[in-house]
Amino acid sequence: MSDAAALELAPDAAPAVAPPLLAARGLAKRYGRRTAMADVSFELWPGEVLAVVGESGAGKSTLLRCLSGQDEPDAGEAMYRRLDGTAVDVLRLGDVRRRLLLRTDWGVIHQNPRDGLRFGVSAGANVAERLMENGARHYADMRAEVADWLMRLEIDPERMDELPHTFSGGMQQRLQIARCLVTRPRLVFLDEPTGGLDVSVQARLLDLLRTLVRELEVAAILVTHDLAVARMLADRLAVMRDGRVVELGLTDQVLDDPQHPYTQLLVASVLPA
Amino acid sequence: MIAGYNFAYLDEQTKRMIRRAILKATAIPGYQVPFASREMPLPYGWGTGGIQVTASIIGRGDTLKVIDQGADDTTNAVSIRRFFARTAGVRTTERTREASIIQTRHRIPETPLREGQIIVFQVPIPEPLRWLEPRERETRRMHAHADYGAMYVKLYEDIARYGRIATGYDYPVVVNGRYLMRPSPIPKFDNPKLDRLPALALFGAGREKRIYAVPPHTPVKSLDFEDHPFRVESWRERCALCGSGSSFLDEIVVDDSGRRMFVCSDTDYCSGRRAKRSGAEAA
Ligand SMILES: Nc1ncnc2c1ncn2[C@@H]1O[C@H](COP(=O)(O)OP(=O)(O)OP(=O)(O)O)[C@@H](O)[C@H]1O
Ligand SMILES: [Mg+2]
Repeated sequence: MSDAAALELAPDAAPAVAPPLLAARGLAKRYGRRTAMADVSFELWPGEVLAVVGESGAGKSTLLRCLSGQDEPDAGEAMYRRLDGTAVDVLRLGDVRRRLLLRTDWGVIHQNPRDGLRFGVSAGANVAERLMENGARHYADMRAEVADWLMRLEIDPERMDELPHTFSGGMQQRLQIARCLVTRPRLVFLDEPTGGLDVSVQARLLDLLRTLVRELEVAAILVTHDLAVARMLADRLAVMRDGRVVELGLTDQVLDDPQHPYTQLLVASVLPA
Repeated sequence: MIAGYNFAYLDEQTKRMIRRAILKATAIPGYQVPFASREMPLPYGWGTGGIQVTASIIGRGDTLKVIDQGADDTTNAVSIRRFFARTAGVRTTERTREASIIQTRHRIPETPLREGQIIVFQVPIPEPLRWLEPRERETRRMHAHADYGAMYVKLYEDIARYGRIATGYDYPVVVNGRYLMRPSPIPKFDNPKLDRLPALALFGAGREKRIYAVPPHTPVKSLDFEDHPFRVESWRERCALCGSGSSFLDEIVVDDSGRRMFVCSDTDYCSGRRAKRSGAEAA
């Protein structure tokens, strides 16, 4: 396609011509009388990383849980475009088909490795399980693929038969990422993936994540309260406050030139002189 | 038959309830049907699930065989057989061929079962996913979705640790291409006998209150990997008593000096072969 034709298709210089991978509209969730999330809408493009930031209690995890089928919103829709090009509202997909999607197309990385790993079986089995869930039935092939993924996440494949509790926190988190990415999902949900780790470990993990996400062209929604993490990983940034998205834009723009007063406060407080 | 009890001990209403569970189980091969398990005059672990199933299906014209680890003469087998002889007054036998109902713990007879026979298994733990997932709600969901990838984790771990699939008993199977099922603690040697078995197989778990079934001629496949196919045990030895080279053998210590020998675990099969052999010699 010539540049002129591309311009014609995207007259307003929209960031992408392809339809969004995920389009959320009017998402809302209450817990009793407390509003955890209200009128959240956004679009996520294939291969894009969207960070969701905001202070504690802003509704970030609620949003992620509702999208990834771990909780049910009270209102709204979330249209997901499948590999065959058809779109489905994942909120009304039904349990069976949503779990299938979670198995084949999506991945979830939890803040606490205990929620994302089986501690009773070996590290290798944790990664292989995802492959087996998707029909892999050849042991030697799986071993090779698991070893490859452990290496990519800088875990010595020699340790693949050890139990996860013998791993450090950072290694457990990398193991969780290997388990998630081994099936090459199209969309990954991450809730504070570097939360419990100390700073140097965090930096290495983020670096790894950035490389892998780019290499695999996987789209991701990343919840964090750490603006530095958002800056490092995210193409765009959504700022949440009291359950609402108050600002949404390109990461650098939002961080360098925040428009909403709340974002200005947020940016100011984490960027001390 | 002793007075004061209903035929086969259980009251008719309970039997009807259990028969309904059995019918449902037979209609959905491998699916675990909950039932209201009754107190039996035997402790759990003595096969109260199997006994309730047998009690619900047995009729006056039936001939019952009871085995434990393949033998008809162990305490457990003897007391269950006596229980039904007393409470139902039915004929009992040690011959697989003569039995219309065979209640078993830990074995399937070597003599091929035929159409019209029913084999009743005593089941301690019915849920194949329990080792991995303690929550009942979650295992039910996994069954409902045929979400069995996790079950292969066990096979994977076996091979990673021992170089082969080490599970020797209660080896998980998929019934009719759908439900994952525990065949009860039979040796995996017996798994292939379940595949397209002409007899009806019923499984009763008393403590866990579950009944499941494999109807006649249903495909039953043992889980495995392409490069680690399912394989049954084999022995270099033959049975020291009957010379069989194709039956499941137990290793037993025969004297104080620790001398050992291998013999058929199926006592009826073994004695049948010996009788035939001595008959042939006499002729
Ligand atoms: N299961 C629940 N029951 C009741 N209230 C809840 C529940 N989960 C979340 N909330 C409430 O909803 C609001 C949003 O919570 P959420 O966990 O989404 O915040 P968050 O942005 O992820 O915060 P944090 O940064 O602390 O993780 C909070 O007021 C919280 O107390
Ligand atoms: Mg949170």
